[in-house]
Amino acid sequence: MSGANRIAGAGRLTPAKTVRFTFDGEIYTALEGDTLASALVANGVHLMGRSFKYHRARGVLGAGAEEPNALMGIERDRARRQPNVRATVQEVFEGMKATSQNRWPSLAFDIGAVNNLMSPFFAAGFYYKTFMWPKAAWQKLYEPIIRGAAGLGVSPDEADTDHYASRYVHCDVLVIGGGVCGLSAALAAAKSGASVVICDEQAQMGGALAYENGVTLYDEAGFDWAGKTAAELAGMDNVRVLTRTTAFGYYVQNFVALSERVTDHLAEPDADLPRERLWQVRAKRVIIATGAIERHMVFANNDRPGIMLSSAARTFLNHYGVAVGTKVGVYTANDSAYETAFDLKRVGVSVEAIVDCRDNPGEGKLSTAADLGITVKTGHSVTNTKGARRITAMVVERNGGGGAKTIAVDALIMSAGWTPSVHMFSQSRGKVAWDADTQRFLPGDYAQDCVSIGACNGTEDLQASVDEAIAAGEFAAKAVGGKRAANLKIAASGGGGWSGGVAGSADGAGPDTTVKAFVDFQNDVTAKDIRLAVREGMHSIEHVKRFTTNGMASDQGKTSNIHGLAIAADALSREMPAVGLTTFRPPYTPVTFGSIVNHGRGQLFDPTRKTPMHGWAEEHGAVFEDVSQWKRAWYFPRIGEDMHAAVNRECKTVREAAGVFDASTLGKIEVVGPDAAAFLDLMYTNGWGKLKPGRCKYGIMLREDGFIYDDGVVARIAEDRFHVTTTTGGAPRVLHHMEDYLQTEFPHLDVWLTSTSEQWAVIAVQGPKAREIIEPLVEDIDLSNEAMPHMSALEGKICGVPTRLFRVSFTGEAGYEVNVPADFGRAVWEAIWERAEPLGACAYGTETMHVLRAEKGFIIVGQDTDGTVTPQDAGLSWAIAKSKPDYVGIRGLMRPDLVADDRKQLVGLKTKDANTVLEEGAQVVADPNQPIPMKMLGHVTSSYWSENCGRSIAMALVAGGRAKMGETLYVPMPDRTIEVEVTGTVFFDEKGERVNG
Amino acid sequence: MLLIHCPYCDEERPELEFRHAGEAHIERPTDIKSISDEEFMKFFFLRDNPKGVAYERWRHMHGCGRFFNAVRDTVSDKFVMTYEAGKPRPDGDELRAKSKETNQ
Amino acid sequence: MAKSEAVQPHYPLEGRLGGSAFVSVSPGEPASRLALRARPEALASLSKALGVKLPEKPKTSTRATAVKAKGRRAAWIGPDEWLVIDENGADLLAACDGVDGVFSAVDVSNRNTAIIVSGAGAEATISAGCPQNLSMDVFPVGACSRTLLGKTEIILLREAEDVFRVEVWRSFSAYAFAFLADSGRSPMM
Repeated sequence: MSGANRIAGAGRLTPAKTVRFTFDGEIYTALEGDTLASALVANGVHLMGRSFKYHRARGVLGAGAEEPNALMGIERDRARRQPNVRATVQEVFEGMKATSQNRWPSLAFDIGAVNNLMSPFFAAGFYYKTFMWPKAAWQKLYEPIIRGAAGLGVSPDEADTDHYASRYVHCDVLVIGGGVCGLSAALAAAKSGASVVICDEQAQMGGALAYENGVTLYDEAGFDWAGKTAAELAGMDNVRVLTRTTAFGYYVQNFVALSERVTDHLAEPDADLPRERLWQVRAKRVIIATGAIERHMVFANNDRPGIMLSSAARTFLNHYGVAVGTKVGVYTANDSAYETAFDLKRVGVSVEAIVDCRDNPGEGKLSTAADLGITVKTGHSVTNTKGARRITAMVVERNGGGGAKTIAVDALIMSAGWTPSVHMFSQSRGKVAWDADTQRFLPGDYAQDCVSIGACNGTEDLQASVDEAIAAGEFAAKAVGGKRAANLKIAASGGGGWSGGVAGSADGAGPDTTVKAFVDFQNDVTAKDIRLAVREGMHSIEHVKRFTTNGMASDQGKTSNIHGLAIAADALSREMPAVGLTTFRPPYTPVTFGSIVNHGRGQLFDPTRKTPMHGWAEEHGAVFEDVSQWKRAWYFPRIGEDMHAAVNRECKTVREAAGVFDASTLGKIEVVGPDAAAFLDLMYTNGWGKLKPGRCKYGIMLREDGFIYDDGVVARIAEDRFHVTTTTGGAPRVLHHMEDYLQTEFPHLDVWLTSTSEQWAVIAVQGPKAREIIEPLVEDIDLSNEAMPHMSALEGKICGVPTRLFRVSFTGEAGYEVNVPADFGRAVWEAIWERAEPLGACAYGTETMHVLRAEKGFIIVGQDTDGTVTPQDAGLSWAIAKSKPDYVGIRGLMRPDLVADDRKQLVGLKTKDANTVLEEGAQVVADPNQPIPMKMLGHVTSSYWSENCGRSIAMALVAGGRAKMGETLYVPMPDRTIEVEVTGTVFFDEKGERVNG
Repeated sequence: MLLIHCPYCDEERPELEFRHAGEAHIERPTDIKSISDEEFMKFFFLRDNPKGVAYERWRHMHGCGRFFNAVRDTVSDKFVMTYEAGKPRPDGDELRAKSKETNQ
Repeated sequence: MAKSEAVQPHYPLEGRLGGSAFVSVSPGEPASRLALRARPEALASLSKALGVKLPEKPKTSTRATAVKAKGRRAAWIGPDEWLVIDENGADLLAACDGVDGVFSAVDVSNRNTAIIVSGAGAEATISAGCPQNLSMDVFPVGACSRTLLGKTEIILLREAEDVFRVEVWRSFSAYAFAFLADSGRSPMM
């Protein structure tokens, strides 16, 4: 048995196909195709949650996306636990575990419900006013308590084991919404030859046809037609039909984001299926067919479990075969609730009374009610309800009061009218317009190539809606070049209208009352709160909204916005449009982070770049550091060594024997063309015309403002071919910078730039034994000092593969940088290592590279410079060609500020205590006893322990530093002040003789 | 995500492939060495940042790699037109005609 | 100087395989590649020297017809930029030697590596991370474009309706391969 309230013969589910699930630990039986909400109602469970602020008992309000109350935790296992799932959207699957939220210790007995008794103190704006004083208490007392009580649902405490997918799709026509209008429009567009995507948030296409039993299309029951039409569409090559897919964001140029729930309804989903798929749709035209959402009546205690929208009750009955109660009351301000009452009565459910606040219901309603034996009380209102965890009675009075009568009911269905769903239209930046005749906001001025049709466009009659849909589909197809005519005509009959009803508080909940008549269920906002906001001076709906939080919950006020606006307008004695409607923003319904991040997690969060020699370094125990996206070998500890010991050993070994270093991450740009040298003359401060092929030079690149942008060694391979190197992190931006000048300022030059960073693996072999190591491996290159002195670059072979062999040094030792095609990087490295190891050399990492270059005073752009350092500041004036007429930065360097005497200049610092290592970034001052804030002279840019010097070494940018040689300065630290002496930047081999080794 | 018409690929491509590159039609002085501090300030530091029609540089970074120019309305976020680098700033008539086209 | 045989290459995606019943994701064979930049006047002589006509229309590629240049293709990358790929590993740089005209030829054989995505789900698999419209009428067989795949740049070449060649820089290839393997698990076709 799938629930006592299941009506035999009603609904579309198959009685034999049962599914078991638990709710708060109790086991229940449902039918395949049930939502969690329909299954619980079938089992007589209306109490589904506690409200956010007052912890009031709440039942399900709707049967779809608009649901504010029935939010659940859905759990497959500890890692796959999703809070705040709408029970009206979640389909039941075998073994599903659902739990209610916002209650402790249990849903039926909830301690937090004391908030309800305290509610006079918790009016709108309570938090803003109460926790202002004393100020100190906010951080220590108020905030922790409020934070503890706030939040809805419990997030999982383990990493999500599901995976998520993404998909870009391009189509002629996107149809949002799969009701009668969406399907008709899609069919018309598809038959006209357009490529079509149609999506709907429900498990099956059909929209309102799921409950509108009276509709026929082509003499067929509406929902059956929808199923057939969806199948017909799915069978067409040019159509994609997406169910369980919510269009949640409408962005610029018809870019619409859809979230498809792929496996949330499956008991045992295939492991290869993503849980959700984010569709990013670019459509030439969009057809919005999102229908309308029913509003509740705003009256005292309108939130007890068992009170719900009329459309929800009708959906539960006609689609799921579930009666929402045995004695049902009806409270309405329009005709559509009558149809629900009639349907219920026809299957044998007792309808106690239809309370209609209007004096004159629509045509035929009273006679049908009379035929069915249903009492109708026109000109009456429900002014209160009774019951604790479920409604037990409604109090009915004449409008204006009087004649109060209590009628026992176990469910109350209500309808205040329908709000056209203009969310997508509004998100597209369309401007809604107030329709005074029908008292609704409808699509006004369009901002994009889209059109609204049917109920969301305010179209009343079913046939008119269908005709409008077909016309929209045909027009859209034609607008994008569709050749055929759809020749589609769909005869439609039945169905109610969408206009009529009331907005704002009902009789008995007006301005003179203090009753709790809820407007926004999810955020517990009452009509009284909105009036209070107006009294407190909030005169725009944007202010009222923020003061009361009306419409700011995860349902975005789908049922509450119009009521809130009407009550505020009434309190201000203004028209609704004058008070304003808030702008709808994405997402239409909550979207998981999984869907948004999709593939981009774990190893796909960001590319991890590895050099060709990475595997070797890994196998040899390297510790890696992240340098932009690269993994670089940091140091190679031997057993028992910490980082300090390893780096000290590596530093000593390189200078005493040799070291092998992976420099593959260096940026490389091949500059080729007859004007190559002329172009480099413009990009670098140095002059390149006289550099001979086979030779290289250190170059400095400036920005136009005169500050150092990058540096590196540039080799001339041939007259018209240069091999430029850049810093590892600078590679992409340097190429961009050079392309910018080449394409837009110097397009007359015949030269091109090609990134070769990854074409070449680079193995640096540095130290006194460098030549001995590589010599036997090299062919076609004379390595003698005469043939290949320091700053040479020659082509030949190494280990049988082509090489560009550089004799350069970033260590101050004689050494080489071996460039080989990347596929051979590892093999050549291994061959070099095979020779290096027996000669006492080591493999070294980036930390040792940093120390060795600092011992020589070589700068690292971005560490010793920060975008405000000129070549003169860095002590590199020698690299500026004096006679060049132009280069990027030439004018910037002449600015008065850049030639001032007291600029910060790069100097060396030696601590008076040789064992003290300064902290990089530490500030330098002249007088440590001056009052705080002290006058800073500069800061430490590089600082290391140098095993080769037997002391600490540091570089710093210090104002007027070069004039302070030998002076004592101070580095104040939290626990002490460190005395330092200003020195030159070269700490080792000051004469620079070793490179010629 | 915007669609941007690359004048070199002659096709609208997704914004992800592009990179914005500042204001257009600022020419580097040919004899930059001899300009005054004032002129350098105007050339290098000062930008118009208009409300409404703006002339911008973009690069089809992850496409054909070309820099090009664009006219964009900073209020509506809409591109009025794009054109190849080095071409003159489009005149009012051209812009009005294009503007009409894109607003249809 | 005693010379031994040349050392052996290591390819970036060696041994990897991905995909599902709908799509196969596999490393491409090693190939030689040339990044070619040229003034219009040099196109004819370069096309002749390379045995493949350098396309002048955006988003297109051409295949060599001559027997000696079999397995060679040229892809339009930008208005003065082409990528020439030779599956047989021919020395493309040498082929350009002595050609008249102003141009730049740079060997990038080892900079890029290829991933072949094939099968009925190929287009869907790539569309998980590529924002371009890859439908046959907009991106037909032979179409080629530099674009994006997730967070990395690629050059995408359609070799057949259900076969794509993804050219990607070497150090990004592990990411690109993993992305395609992930999106290839269940491409929604």
